[in-house]
Amino acid sequence: MIIFQDISKIYRIGDEEVRALNHASLHIFPGEFVSIIGPSGSGKSTLMNIMGCLDTADEGQYLLDGQSVSNYTEQELTRIRSRKIGFIFQSFNLIGNMSALENVELPLIYQKLPAKERKDRALDALKKVRLYERRNHKPNQLSGGQQQRVAIARAMATQPSLYLADEPTGNLDSNTGYQIMQLFHELHDRGNTIILITHDESVAAQADRSIRMKDGRAKEVAV
Amino acid sequence: MILQSVKMAITSILSNKLRSLLTMLGIIIGVVSLVVLVSLVNGATGSITDSINAMGNNLLSVSISDDHGRPVKLTDLSAFTDDGTFFRIAPAAVSTATASGSYAEESVQLTGTTAAYLDIQGLELESGRFLMKPDLDNHSNVVVVNADLATEIIGRTDAVGETIRFNGKSFLIIGVLEEDDSSINAMSGDTLRAYIPYTSLIRLSDSVSLDVTSFCVSASGDDMDAAESRLENMLLERFEQDEDAFSIFNQSSVAESMDSVTGTLSLLLGGIAGISLLVGGIGIMNIMLVSVTERTREIGIRKAVGAGRFAIMLQFLIEALIISLLGCFLGIGISWTVIRAISVIGSADYHLSPGIVLLSIAFSVGIGVLFGLYPANRAAKKNPIEALRHN
Ligand SMILES: Nc1ncnc2c1ncn2[C@@H]1O[C@H](COP(=O)(O)OP(=O)(O)OP(=O)(O)O)[C@@H](O)[C@H]1O
Ligand SMILES: [Mg+2]
Repeated sequence: MIIFQDISKIYRIGDEEVRALNHASLHIFPGEFVSIIGPSGSGKSTLMNIMGCLDTADEGQYLLDGQSVSNYTEQELTRIRSRKIGFIFQSFNLIGNMSALENVELPLIYQKLPAKERKDRALDALKKVRLYERRNHKPNQLSGGQQQRVAIARAMATQPSLYLADEPTGNLDSNTGYQIMQLFHELHDRGNTIILITHDESVAAQADRSIRMKDGRAKEVAV
Repeated sequence: MILQSVKMAITSILSNKLRSLLTMLGIIIGVVSLVVLVSLVNGATGSITDSINAMGNNLLSVSISDDHGRPVKLTDLSAFTDDGTFFRIAPAAVSTATASGSYAEESVQLTGTTAAYLDIQGLELESGRFLMKPDLDNHSNVVVVNADLATEIIGRTDAVGETIRFNGKSFLIIGVLEEDDSSINAMSGDTLRAYIPYTSLIRLSDSVSLDVTSFCVSASGDDMDAAESRLENMLLERFEQDEDAFSIFNQSSVAESMDSVTGTLSLLLGGIAGISLLVGGIGIMNIMLVSVTERTREIGIRKAVGAGRFAIMLQFLIEALIISLLGCFLGIGISWTVIRAISVIGSADYHLSPGIVLLSIAFSVGIGVLFGLYPANRAAKKNPIEALRHN
């Protein structure tokens, strides 16, 4: 359960003040598939980073599963990122000198899992995204769609309940994007919460519900 | 966690081999200079100290310049060993003489002494025997020569039974000493030595009489300072408390001052090498800072998937440590090769001294940690959002 109450994020550049989020409020229930749409610069990524505890709000309350995250220490935020959240980015964000398998294992290393279990879980996730055969390939030996599937496997490895995807199909052609969306639907069907930023109305329409961002505010739209 | 960090560090070091090697170069040069220089100094001083020790560590030499009318007679000498502080005593009058043998004629150093001299000085016989009491009683014209003299004057080392002439008087060679290859004797130059009965030297040299002006004693125990002051008191008593009447030369104090000289030398060279290690450490810090900037995005990714500050810190710290240690081990390997090469070329026997190897490892660990800390902290402190946005 995600509750944003009057969240603001303010950037100051010189004397100028940019409100990337301006008293944004929203609710997201467990197991929901929510898309976030809106024009460039409307604060979508900022919103998602705060949701994922990569960033903190300057004003307002963020309740994650009933707990107020607003005044958590860096260490506690790290723990939430590690245990509860799986990130998927537009530019894949895989580490170049590591194989697909090593990339997927990475979050499990930070969970301090023993090597055997780590490897089993990572291979399992790679099987789910149908890239088991490519496990020893480096990112630059994989296509864009394959790289994004590795990134999804990496998010899945820790079995989080909340998936945050920032324009995951933005760098992919529509056919590959479709395959990626299938993976999100599979994750959703297994009861996970999916929050997905997109510019593509047809992608947004696949969600249970859409939230439209404008000038740092969130507004629900009918599907 | 640490194992994983080590793996990651190795991956990252290997993915940029040339740069890693160049980074290590500073440490390599530092370690090689430290290990080689100190090992060479240790090797050289080791052989010098060995030869000083071989001359007897419990040796005191006395020379008397003013006897205050109470000369030490040859027959008085045994009185010094009465109280047990001193084990043996022997007169040692030195003069030079021209020695001629079947092979050549040379100027040699002639020592007039007694049977005890052999033990006091720690000399070793190659063949034959040393001087004995009857030789002294009979003023026998017998001589013990060192190996160098035997080869120079007689032409070979098995010279026992040959005769040799000192200033025209002929002497029978009764013993030849073992070859002394220690460097201190090589350095001191006059390597041709002969030992004849004290009483025989009196007849050969005008400056030598029954009044002994120089002699040597060996102490019974290990405490050379106590022995020296005991001897000093005995002589002061005899010579009316005149400190200038005699001088005592303590062999172990030579060894001590030698040790302190070489200690200072090692410290100096170690210091210079330490500075180059320090420069190497700064090189590591420099490259690590570049690496942290280059890998900003990677740091962001790691943080996004659950890495905390400590984990990032550890990763970069271990990377710096491994670079430094790898450089150290390469340096030790190169040092070993260099020292072997010097040993072969200089036909001397030098070894890696284990102490300095351990010290250089400890130093490298220290440098890796010290100079890795700042870049690692920089990496750990990065804001994940800004790091992810970095290109
Ligand atoms: N680090 C920053 N410093 C200053 N301004 C920032 C910073 N990050 C974001 N902003 C500003 O905040 C606003 C929202 O940015 P954000 O990245 O959330 O937009 P977005 O909706 O994700 O846009 P896009 O669809 O292009 O990704 C923008 O006006 C942006 O310029
Ligand atoms: Mg964005």
